[in-house]
Amino acid sequence: MSVSALLTQLLAVAVSVLLAPLLSGWVMQCRAWLSNRSAAPIWQPYARIAKLLRKDAVLAHDATPLFRVVPYLLFGIMVVAAAIIPSLSTDLPFAQAADVIALVGLFALARVFIALAGMDIGTAFGSMGARRDMMVGFLAEPALLMVVFTSSLISGSTLLPTIAGFLQSQHLALHASLAFAAVAFVMVLLAENARIPVDNPTTHLELTMIHEAMVLEYSARHLALVEWASSLKLFNYACIGFALFLPWGMASHADGVLWLLVALPSLLLKLAAAGFGIALIETLSAKLRIFRDPEFLGTAFLLAVLGLLVRLMLSH
Amino acid sequence: MNASDLLPIGLGVIAAWVGMGLAGFVAPRSTRWVARVIFPLGALGSLVMAGVGLLALFAAPQSLVLPIGLPGLPMHLRLDALSGFFLFLLGSSTVGISTFAAGYFREGEGTAPGLLGMQYHVFLAAMSMVMLAADAYSFMLAWEVMAMASYFLVVSQHRMAEIRRAGYVYLLLAHLGAIALLLCFGVMMQDGIAGLTFEAMRHAPLNPAWASVAFGLAVIGFGAKAGLVPLHIWLPEAHPAAPSPVSALMSGVMLKTALYGLLRVSFDLLHAPLWWWGVPLLALGLFGALFGVLFAAVQTDMKRLLAYSSIENIGIAFAALGLALVFHGVGLAVFAALALAAMLYHLLNHAFFKSLLFLATGAVLHATRQRSLGKLGGLLRPMPWVGWTALIGTLAIAGLPPLNGFVAEWLLLQSFLFTPQIPEPFFNLLIPLGAALLALTAALAAYVMVKFYGIIFLGRAREPQLEQAHDVGWLERIGLLWLAAGCVLLGLIPTWVLQAIDRVNQLVLGKPLAQTGNWFWLVPLSPQRASYSPVMILLVAVLAVSLTGLMTHRVYAGRLRRAAPWDCGAPGLSGRMQDSAEGFGQPIRRVFSPFFLERVEVPRPDDAAPRYRVSVEDRFWSQFYTPLAQAVLWLARQVGKIQQGRISVYLLYSFLTLLVLLMVVVR
Repeated sequence: MSVSALLTQLLAVAVSVLLAPLLSGWVMQCRAWLSNRSAAPIWQPYARIAKLLRKDAVLAHDATPLFRVVPYLLFGIMVVAAAIIPSLSTDLPFAQAADVIALVGLFALARVFIALAGMDIGTAFGSMGARRDMMVGFLAEPALLMVVFTSSLISGSTLLPTIAGFLQSQHLALHASLAFAAVAFVMVLLAENARIPVDNPTTHLELTMIHEAMVLEYSARHLALVEWASSLKLFNYACIGFALFLPWGMASHADGVLWLLVALPSLLLKLAAAGFGIALIETLSAKLRIFRDPEFLGTAFLLAVLGLLVRLMLSH
Repeated sequence: MNASDLLPIGLGVIAAWVGMGLAGFVAPRSTRWVARVIFPLGALGSLVMAGVGLLALFAAPQSLVLPIGLPGLPMHLRLDALSGFFLFLLGSSTVGISTFAAGYFREGEGTAPGLLGMQYHVFLAAMSMVMLAADAYSFMLAWEVMAMASYFLVVSQHRMAEIRRAGYVYLLLAHLGAIALLLCFGVMMQDGIAGLTFEAMRHAPLNPAWASVAFGLAVIGFGAKAGLVPLHIWLPEAHPAAPSPVSALMSGVMLKTALYGLLRVSFDLLHAPLWWWGVPLLALGLFGALFGVLFAAVQTDMKRLLAYSSIENIGIAFAALGLALVFHGVGLAVFAALALAAMLYHLLNHAFFKSLLFLATGAVLHATRQRSLGKLGGLLRPMPWVGWTALIGTLAIAGLPPLNGFVAEWLLLQSFLFTPQIPEPFFNLLIPLGAALLALTAALAAYVMVKFYGIIFLGRAREPQLEQAHDVGWLERIGLLWLAAGCVLLGLIPTWVLQAIDRVNQLVLGKPLAQTGNWFWLVPLSPQRASYSPVMILLVAVLAVSLTGLMTHRVYAGRLRRAAPWDCGAPGLSGRMQDSAEGFGQPIRRVFSPFFLERVEVPRPDDAAPRYRVSVEDRFWSQFYTPLAQAVLWLARQVGKIQQGRISVYLLYSFLTLLVLLMVVVR
């Protein structure tokens, strides 16, 4: 493991953690523009985090220690995930420790923790949110696994940097299976990050909440961490998408440190496009009734399996 | 110590267990004698047995012939890597279970403690004998002793009718399975009584058709014991009926004896398995896994929920075994080793986390006298020892990194990814569906475990008396901690565990895993393909979490104020407003409605005392077993018609039979 690889690794994590709220701010801004509203500044999420960190925390009487540590765990898990996902460079020493299956496992761990925290206070909304979030989770997680399996079959590896590197080294070839997988992935991304049409991140109506219902009881620094972790999750998902489907522009092992000067702008460009895309989908679609979600995610699941089948059929 | 002493030491432990059981009769009513002396000694025996199993994994196979048994067939015993692995599983998990049991059994609960102790230790001894037996006769003997001992343990509270019924169903299925096993050994047995030894069966020439028949009978026989769908119906009845340490023993250990048997028969005794044998196992296993997890999600009784979760886990193990058979049959031995390693790893994990959770439900049951999830809640505060150890078990069984459940899931998903190399194109295309089902099952397992843990331990107490629940005593704590430590350790050192499991691969498949890597870096095939390092993940996660905490408090610590939870401005928030177990199962009932036979009773608007009732039934009862039972009864009635009860009629039957036989012989 070289020093430059280690530095790249640390830089990638730092970029992810610091830029994540910016992506959320960008999506909010795009949404506002698309719906003809004047937008809040793009650094609005940072301001919100700073404000929350200054406040006094309020904790319910019945809260157990589990409730208090979950925001830290959540944030920590998302940071670990950011260390695995190639965003700037595919030369990530730590990524060997966890492949895509482990990555999906880490996301599941985060979801279980936040669901348990939602049930901890014992309010009706907390447990309702936990139940709904776990429902979305059990539908989205297998779809995500099938998506990454399709890419794994193409590249012969389950390590994300290797998958990205393999695709990068090839000429722009259109894989039919990847098209299916990409559509499924976008659907999973929307569901997992509590976006319209599955959930509405800006809702104030408790009855329709999924993610927000679970974190209703959090305040101040805990809430800041939960929100930051949520934007980091969106950032991570976007980077998974780039690694699986659009790895061009990333630095690789052979490239020098200077290549990062290309990688960073290209990442920002991709993020801007992805953020606009998410905002566009959110503006164009309406939130589904909660029991239509299984259909939405079932479609994603079937598309992903179809992608895998197409891959297997064409490879024979 | 000489390696050849292992088998006698193992036998010594078995004899000691039987002796301890008998010693319970010195004072059968004395809880103090049985709980404080006999059970801890039994745990010590388990520790020795775990050591024997571990050493046997790395030693050469050894045999022993005991001069007892049938005339012409003394008892043959053999200790090889396969038996060693399962003995280690039994020993290491029962250390925790027996220690917990020492503190668990109290006065005045059904069977006298001395008798219970005897049944418990005979059960342990019989399970160990199953793994050591090397001829069909001693195998069946141990198998039946195991079934009987566990039957008596299940019905230890025999004054309740439903428990007697559960025991009856269990006994019935156990015997159906035993008949299938007898027939299976009959098919494999060659000339004479000496053909009953496993050594003779290994060399018996068996054509593929008869070998397939033997395999099918073994699947039925062992499947009935393991709870393979559709032979699972006894499991959700019997496991909750038994006292919790016994449930832990049955779910955590006894189900594995069946998989041991199936491995022994299919890979060892039938020595040349055909590739397609794996296909029905794969299909049944995956269906069973999905079925089990869906039913676990809608249960309202905490022990039934865990029992259905056992059906799920056994289904996953069967699927892995099926995959290993397919790979082995088509000549991809390295991948067969991977699938088999995933299965064995999963069984070992399941022994730890399922036992841990069953023991935790036992502790909850003692503290609250409630099994229904709808009457529990908020127990993490009054019962921290049980609550925190159960959290480890919950995360482990949900298959989350860096705990043990995830490693087996990871290995199994990796082996599913290799199926494109199977030279059977049609089958090849079906495999992604298998991987998809497996992924769905794993994700649903997390849902089930959030329901289980959240409803029992988190939130508010749903009944006022729960606040007075007491935590467990020190013996129970040791038992719980042992199992929880096992869940963590098995998750963190996968390479060492796999090295041990690889000895089984070498014995059974003749081919080890192609793994490279060192103690914290798990690389099952090649570093380009996949790697996993739980220790690294844990270290980085700990670093990230503590840095987060440090930074947050550095930036601004802020004060912490306690207040009432947000009640939307409507005062009077009570524990009954949280999601009930039924509520938590509702999305599953809706999304997967074809699986369930659901009865919902909705109150009318003008009901004075409105009641909402929902029940979910297993379709196999009403659509498979009831018609089957009716058919059997109908057949019995038809046969009954020829029973006239008069001796002259029976003499006529004998005469006619003789006549027919004579005609056959003369011709």
